[in-house]
Order: sequence, then structure tokens, then C-alpha cells
Amino acid sequence: MTYEISIDGTNHRLELSQIEGRWACRLDGREIEVDAVLARPDVISLRLGNKAYEVKCERAGSDLHLWVGSVRYEAEVRDPRSLRSRARAVDDHGPRKLTAPMPGKVVRILLREGAEVDAGTGVLVVEAMKMQNEVKSPKKGKIQKIVVREGAAVNAGDVLGIVE
Amino acid sequence: MFKKILIANRGEIAVRVIRACHEMGISAVAVYSDVDRASLHVRKADEAYPVGPAAAKESYLNIDKIISVAKQSGADAIHPGYGFLSENAQFARACADAGVKFIGPTAAAMDAMGSKTRARKAMEKAGVPFVPGTSRGLDSFEQAQAVAERIGYPVMLKAAAGGGGKGMRLVHSPDELKSSLEGAQSEAERAFGDGEVYLEKAIVNPRHIEMQVFADEHGHTVYLGERECSLQRRHQKVVEEAPSPIVDPDMRRRMGETAVRVAQSAGYTNAGTVEFLVDQQKNFYFLEMNTRLQVEHPVTELITGLDLVHLQIHIANGEHLPFRQEEVNIRGHSIECRIYAEDPENNYFPSPGKITLLLAPSGPGIRRDSGMYEGWTVPMDYDPLLAKLIGYGTDRAQAIGRLQRALNEYFVGGIKTNISLFRRILSDQDFQAGKIDTGFLDRLLKKTRQADGHPDPGAEEAAVIAAGMFAMMGQAAAGPLERAAMESPQNVMSVHSNWKAAARRESLK
Repeated sequence: MTYEISIDGTNHRLELSQIEGRWACRLDGREIEVDAVLARPDVISLRLGNKAYEVKCERAGSDLHLWVGSVRYEAEVRDPRSLRSRARAVDDHGPRKLTAPMPGKVVRILLREGAEVDAGTGVLVVEAMKMQNEVKSPKKGKIQKIVVREGAAVNAGDVLGIVE
Repeated sequence: MFKKILIANRGEIAVRVIRACHEMGISAVAVYSDVDRASLHVRKADEAYPVGPAAAKESYLNIDKIISVAKQSGADAIHPGYGFLSENAQFARACADAGVKFIGPTAAAMDAMGSKTRARKAMEKAGVPFVPGTSRGLDSFEQAQAVAERIGYPVMLKAAAGGGGKGMRLVHSPDELKSSLEGAQSEAERAFGDGEVYLEKAIVNPRHIEMQVFADEHGHTVYLGERECSLQRRHQKVVEEAPSPIVDPDMRRRMGETAVRVAQSAGYTNAGTVEFLVDQQKNFYFLEMNTRLQVEHPVTELITGLDLVHLQIHIANGEHLPFRQEEVNIRGHSIECRIYAEDPENNYFPSPGKITLLLAPSGPGIRRDSGMYEGWTVPMDYDPLLAKLIGYGTDRAQAIGRLQRALNEYFVGGIKTNISLFRRILSDQDFQAGKIDTGFLDRLLKKTRQADGHPDPGAEEAAVIAAGMFAMMGQAAAGPLERAAMESPQNVMSVHSNWKAAARRESLK
């Protein structure tokens, strides 16, 4: 298998294969001696030469978060053969979403649809674990839509409204 | 001895008390709200009763409901833990009326301590040192102005019914006083239903040091040494340790004897904590008394060799304190880290959710009081405290070293935790030198974050390679056979995939 892996903004090309239980690994064209044991789901014990690493994995949507010791690496893994893996351009113009920063409950809606806002103006208040947090407008503009009601339960990343 | 104790709490403290019950041969009754059915305390208990919806007001704070469960289950005592009903005199009274022993002080002692201004009056009579200020709530802005002028700025406004930093304002100059006073009053009104606010001199860069006391029901009161709790964020404690790096035996004795006088002046029984503010000249001033078991009680347990929950139960059972003051010895050093479900990279926002992976530390000098487990979904409805990691060593340096080692073993996946914050704190030079005060953490968090030493270039390589391997596994797991296997992780190894087959062979080596 060949993967394109970007970790914290740096792109790597990784070729991995297994022959009779032994790994063959080529990273950015360089051969690396690798020995791996899946210690338990989401935990790999890795030896690169004789250096030992325990790598923990969290799955966040299509991204993987890899922890080596106390350092976290955010990895985006692309299979170059797959069409889905085209980088998406981020457009800063046009409508922007207001999203919930954490799972919680919408306790207050501070502004109505149609209100003018600056970047950083608080629009809604989401509460979780006894803490209230304002969801702020990401840009200067007008609130086009609020799609939740007060009292609604929301998950992290849920769209709460649109500013355009 | 009691046969059955109801624990009117949840999370790690409920688990802590259930363990003590089982160690003493007492049956433990749990209560839980609708979102806590799968919580660890319910799994550990001998009996468990639902007490209502997620909102604490309708479940864990519902006195009638909890008393009725106590009766239904035949519990002969109730342990309130900390938070929730632990400092609620009305609840203590309801327990007494129902013929169930409340494991804690009497309602009268709680009433005496519950209001900070009322407590102050009793204390002044007992010769307890106070920070200069008003001993009563402020009647007017003009009065606040006059008092602030007399004692000098900066001054601190505090809610009389307060705690946890609510209704508190630091005022640097006269022109800030009016808006701060109004802010503190309305916050206190909202948080505690009581807008009474008092004013005192603000001590610059104070330490927060508290003294553990214990009193039996036969007039004996002892102190069990201090805890240094200066590391706070938004007035919430984050790291606690015992003993304090600055308290010597003479200061400990003076603070301890003062704390005992405080407890005795209120006719106090069972476990309590007297909090002091300590200035740079090591003068200590009475702050408040907490009439409950504290979150940070384990550090005292480790340096005294006592089990405070066992002791609470024995004393509530009417027994005498089993030792005298002279027999209390302090040995070694202990530090506690409060592991919260919050995101250090996103302004410490709460981060509830499902714990997908949990690797817990162990080994010499490490104690873990936890309310979480792998696969559990942390509810969004309560305090974000997940667990307490407590290190013990012969001395402070060893305790720090052990905690740093244990923090590197600790891994909580799927949600964000503040574990990385403790790595920063424990490796900080001022912390290691014991130079801490209540402003320490804010100053540390303002510093730009430096990388943890020199990162090993091999670590990034390991991350890239592991990412590829995990991605391969993810693909293998897409088929129906594999999906079934994913749902029961034990079977992952039995699925046909080169990777898994290899891993399995490796594991048999």
C-alpha cells in the first residue's frame, strides 16, 4: 500500500507492505526497518531499528490523531488512488457557519436572524459541565440563520447558525 | 457499626466511598440520575436506585427523593461526598428526622459555618486571625467605599454564601468599585439566591493553605496537617500537595491549633477543613471552613497513613477518635493532579464525550481515584472532574518525578483532558522550587508554550508509520465480517487481514 500522509502540515509518502508477517517500509523513499505489534485496539508497539515507541490512535472523523509519548500528531491519510482525497479549498468569503465548540445545551440565543455582527460578537451561549461559553461570529456580517432553539442539545461541531 | 450506607453522590468520590464501605464490610447503596446509569459508581455498588433526570436539582440535589431511597433501601447512614448536598444543613436535618445518620457535621455546625460573615463573628470571639475587612455584608456602595478607603486598595469583594469563585471580584482602584460591587452582588444572587457581599483587603500573591481537622462526638478535635492548594485556575484548585513547601513544624502547630479552635467554636464534628490565606511573610488569615470531605483529601491520607473516609464512618458511628494529636505523624510528600475533561488547546472548554481508549498508570507511589472507564460516555451535565492522580514520595522531588512518570503513562483517548497541563506545571522551575501562589497558574498559562524538550525526530517517523498501519486496519475493518469483529474488540485479532495475522503472530512470540 502507498499512502500520502500529512502530519502537522508536512507531507510524507509511505509505502507499507507485509511479506510473511514482516513489514517492509519505505518513508519518503528511504527504507526503514520496522517491527510492529498491535498491543490492543488503537495501540501499536513499534520498533524502528531498536528504538521502541508506543503509538496511540484516536480517530477524529477522517483524521487520525497519533500520540507518541506526550506529543500528539494530527495525521491526514490519503490513498492516492482514491478520488475522495482531493484537498478541499477553504473559502473565507461568503457564508460561514457558527458551530458548537463542545457538546452541550443551547441556553441562550443572544441575537436574532438579520442582526449585524462583527467578528467576535457573541451570538449564542452553549452550556456544558456547569460552564457557559459564547459562540462568537467568525466574521463581520449579518446573521442569516439560526438553526437551533434555546434548550436544544448539540454535539461538538454541530451547525448552530450561518453568518454571511 | 452501620450495615448499609447510601452514597448521595456520583463520579470518583462515590466510587471512593463505596470502596471504603466494602473495606469495612458495609453494604453500599448508589443513587444515579438518568444519564448516570452506566457510571462507574453504579457498577461498583451493591444496590442502585434511580433518583431522577440529569439536572442535578431534580436528582442529586433532590432531598426528598434521596431520603426516600434511604428508607426504601434500609440504609442506616448517608455519606454525601463533596459538592451536591454535602454542605446543605437542610439535608443533614432531613437525615436526622428520617432516623438516618448523616456522615458529617451537625446541621447546626453547618449553619454556623455556611455563611462566611456569620462564621466570622464566631471566629473573632475565638481569637482567629482575619484579613482586615467587613465582618458583615455590605449595606451600601457608600459603606463599601468607606471600608475600602480605610483598609486600602486592592480589595476583594466576596459573596457571603459563596464558594468556587462565584460572586468574587478583585478591585484595584476606587473607580472600579461600583461596577465590581454590582457585578458581585448580581452574580451571588444568581448563583446562591443570596446577594450578600462583603469586602476585605486583597492579599497580593497569597498562598492558599488549608488544615484538615477531625472531631469526634465526645469533644476531641485534632488536626492532620496542611494542604497547599495555591495552584488554582479561575479560583478552582488544580494541583494540591501535602505538606506545604513553606510550612515548618512550628507554623503547622500554630495553624493546626487555630483550626481546632475554629472547629470547636462551632461545635464541629467529623471531617472538616479550615482554609487560610497566607501572605508573603507567612502570616495566615482565616478564609473559611469547608464542612465536608475535600476533593484533595488523599494527599493527607498518604502523608498521615490514615484513611479519612474510614475515620468519618467510625466517628459518625459514635466512636472516639482512635489517636491523639501527639500520635499524628507526617511522613513523605504527596501531590494530587485533578484530571478534568477539558481542552487545554481550546481555552479549557469542557470536553464531554465517549472515552475510546484508556491507559491508566500504576507503579510505585501512584494512586488513582477515578470515576471513568473505557467505553463510558462522560455526560455533559456535571462537573468535569474525571479522576485524581496522586503521587507519593519520600520527599517532594521524588513525588514530582513519580507523577511526571505516571502522567506519561496516562492516556485518555476520545475526549480532551488537561493531562498536558500537569506536565507543564510539574516541569516548571518555580513549581519545582516550591515558589507558588494563587497567581502561579495564570502566569504559567500566559507564557508562550515551549516544546516539551527536544522532540525525538524518530517520534514523528513513528507517528507517520503508525498512521499508515492504522489506516490499513481501518480499511480491513470495512467489510461486514470485520465490522462484527470491531464491535467486540477481543475478536479483532481473529479477522482475516495480513496486518492482524502478523500482529497475532507477534503477540505469541
